[in-house]
Amino acid sequence: MPTDNAGQEPLLTVRSLRIPLPQGGDRSHALYDLSLELERGEVLCVVGESGSGKSMLANALIRLLPETVRIEQGDIRFAGQDLLALDERGMRQLRGNRIAMVFQDPLAALNPLLNIGEQIDETLRAHGYGNASARRQRILELLDYTGLPDPQSIRHAYPFQLSGGQRQRVVIAMALALGPDLLIADEPTSALDVTTQAQILELIRRIQQDRQMAMLLITHDFGVVRTLGDRVLVLRHGQLIEQGPVQSMLDRPQNGYTRELLDAVRASPSQPRPDLDLDDAPVILRTRGLSHSYLRRQGLWKKQRVTALEDASITLKRGETLGIVGESGSGKSTLGRLLLRLLDADQGEILYQDIDLAKLNQKQLRPLRGDIQMIFQDPGASLNPRQTIGHSLMAGLLVQGSSPAEAEQRARALLEQVGLPANAFNRYPDAFSGGQRQRIGIARALAVHPRIVVADECVSALDVSVQARILTLLEDLQRRLGLSLIFITHDLRVAARLCDRVAVIQKGRIVEQGPTSEVFNNPAHPYTRALVEAIPGHQRYPST
Amino acid sequence: MTPFKSALRIAGRHPAAAIAALFLLGLTLLALLAPWLRGDSPWAMVAAPLLPPFSQWAHPLGTDMLGRDLFTGLLYGARSSLLVGALSTFLTLLIGVGVGAVAGYNGGWIDALLMRIAEFFLILPALFLAVILVSVLEPSTSSVVLAITLVAWPSVARLVRSEFLTLRQREFVLAARVSGQSAAQIILRQILPNALTPVLVVAGFVMATAILTEAALSFLGLGDPDGMSWGYMINASRNLLRDAWWMSLWPGLAILLTVLAVNLLTEGLRSALGRQGGRHAD
Repeated sequence: MPTDNAGQEPLLTVRSLRIPLPQGGDRSHALYDLSLELERGEVLCVVGESGSGKSMLANALIRLLPETVRIEQGDIRFAGQDLLALDERGMRQLRGNRIAMVFQDPLAALNPLLNIGEQIDETLRAHGYGNASARRQRILELLDYTGLPDPQSIRHAYPFQLSGGQRQRVVIAMALALGPDLLIADEPTSALDVTTQAQILELIRRIQQDRQMAMLLITHDFGVVRTLGDRVLVLRHGQLIEQGPVQSMLDRPQNGYTRELLDAVRASPSQPRPDLDLDDAPVILRTRGLSHSYLRRQGLWKKQRVTALEDASITLKRGETLGIVGESGSGKSTLGRLLLRLLDADQGEILYQDIDLAKLNQKQLRPLRGDIQMIFQDPGASLNPRQTIGHSLMAGLLVQGSSPAEAEQRARALLEQVGLPANAFNRYPDAFSGGQRQRIGIARALAVHPRIVVADECVSALDVSVQARILTLLEDLQRRLGLSLIFITHDLRVAARLCDRVAVIQKGRIVEQGPTSEVFNNPAHPYTRALVEAIPGHQRYPST
Repeated sequence: MTPFKSALRIAGRHPAAAIAALFLLGLTLLALLAPWLRGDSPWAMVAAPLLPPFSQWAHPLGTDMLGRDLFTGLLYGARSSLLVGALSTFLTLLIGVGVGAVAGYNGGWIDALLMRIAEFFLILPALFLAVILVSVLEPSTSSVVLAITLVAWPSVARLVRSEFLTLRQREFVLAARVSGQSAAQIILRQILPNALTPVLVVAGFVMATAILTEAALSFLGLGDPDGMSWGYMINASRNLLRDAWWMSLWPGLAILLTVLAVNLLTEGLRSALGRQGGRHAD
């Protein structure tokens, strides 16, 4: 029967798929009784946070599961074929041919030792596509189709010579090589900058509509769903939470968890947080003409001076949050590190309490260290794995001259303040999740009673629902303690939610600076405009 | 879980390393107790010469050409081997970790200078340098230790330096700098504990090499002339290889087993510590 009505049957059907995790994991199943259907030409988005099992689903479909993981029960049918009954040989013929995959990190997905042409050629050859000249013709066609400039020279380029966006275009070109019926894209844009992300999403949308190809898109970002999806399926801890058409899900999410995920994207720049009355607040920190450059070795002998930051002037008022917004490599982290003197400025001044911090040596700086603190990006790397949480929190206090008893009392109070259990004091960092570690990072920064805190991408390594909680905590602490905050981020949605004023930074230069609502609603600089428009889902926001 | 229990569990997971550790522990005990177990001097002529092993209960491993008891010799030899091994490992770590930490943490010209010095020692053939040094300095335990340390410290220093170079960029080290901790505090409390796993592994190989080098030096007649050692015993037996095979067999076996045990223990420690270091909650 199934073969007779294959035309009506969905392209892909998954029935009660159950994948157990090896003993000792954080839960018993990566996926539990998951069922889904995907029609020809449809885009199904699978949304979930880390550990939801969404990547496991993709890997199960093309049978690239880790060795230790086996499918316990369930049924996967693709175009009338039972995929689980297929042998490795049959599977290999499907992979790359009728089912293609686009991975998250294009640099990891490409072989660094082969040029682009050879890599695409490999796929074509493996499936016996034409002769050499037909394949070359096809490669040029594909590169051109995915919007790469000058396909002739890109064909001979190596992955390291291309930008992140170009690499992802190459990966997409490879996936399209044999005109697949189903494209599985696992977080295809989350390793990219916002402006690049927007271009890639646009490309994927064009291709999908052009070829009427079915697509399974795996993402954590409802913004991406808004741009591309027809139907959404929300996964959490391996279980289906909710599914339905994109528009109704966005308008009327049924489940609390879905709502939480949606809220994270809703804090769009069109709705920045209400301005505080900061007009009369005194300026607490001011920089003038701050610049930093470094030498980069080029080849064996040549050295090139690279400017990371040029002529940066910012002011920070007491109690204010100043956002530093820009893409990777723009110099925003350099600015943060200069303020803390983790890097030395070539020129310019950092004025704090009428002292130029840039002129002090490390010894003179030490008594002032307590006033300016930092929250770091990577909660995995920012805590010493061999030190208990208590010791990490107390170290700064002891240096600033507290007695051990005072320091311990303060550390315990801080743990409570950031919402961690008291027994965290004697435990090591590896006992905590990413979100909890970031709370510890915040506690450590606050331990020494700072007046200014620099937060460098402090939520970008976290899942959106965790992100929201950390941001709320930060905001709450800031109000209570009267902190001034410098918030460095690439995520305009986060900046819009938290910052009173923003400075937009591009290629080491601050291109625009002003109140958040003004900058995001009426961007004066073309780059700011590009950034705002590049936010996924932006074009489909209801203009309220 | 008590430390004893967790030690037992780790031992269960690495049986070879556990056996090696027991062997080294036993050997150390025997070496320490040698005077009480086997009398005051390994040089004393106590029985007929060239007594084959297992022929007399009092001299289980036989005697050499002068009637000296080989079992006694082995135990006293273990004393000098283990002493030289332990002392030179300790000294090597002290210098290697110190130089590596200073170079890696500071970078710049200090780093360049210290590493050029380390490279100078690395390009000299190790045993050759040790032979020259010991013959210039009079053979004694301390000169042997000095010679071994001098050739072993650069590799430790280079390893520690590279660990420091990556660790000093880590965010928790930056956080320590931001909180105002001094360079010494950061090196000792923040970075060093995280760099110890690979250092411990290298320490094992340093020790194994030290035991071998000591044996080689005393084989060449450059060991401490007052101390019995395995290398000396093999040297003494080389003319009698065909007549008294046991004279060379026992010390050779002792060297082999000890070095093997040190290596196995190191390997076990590396995998046990590696697992612990790589354990994360998510």
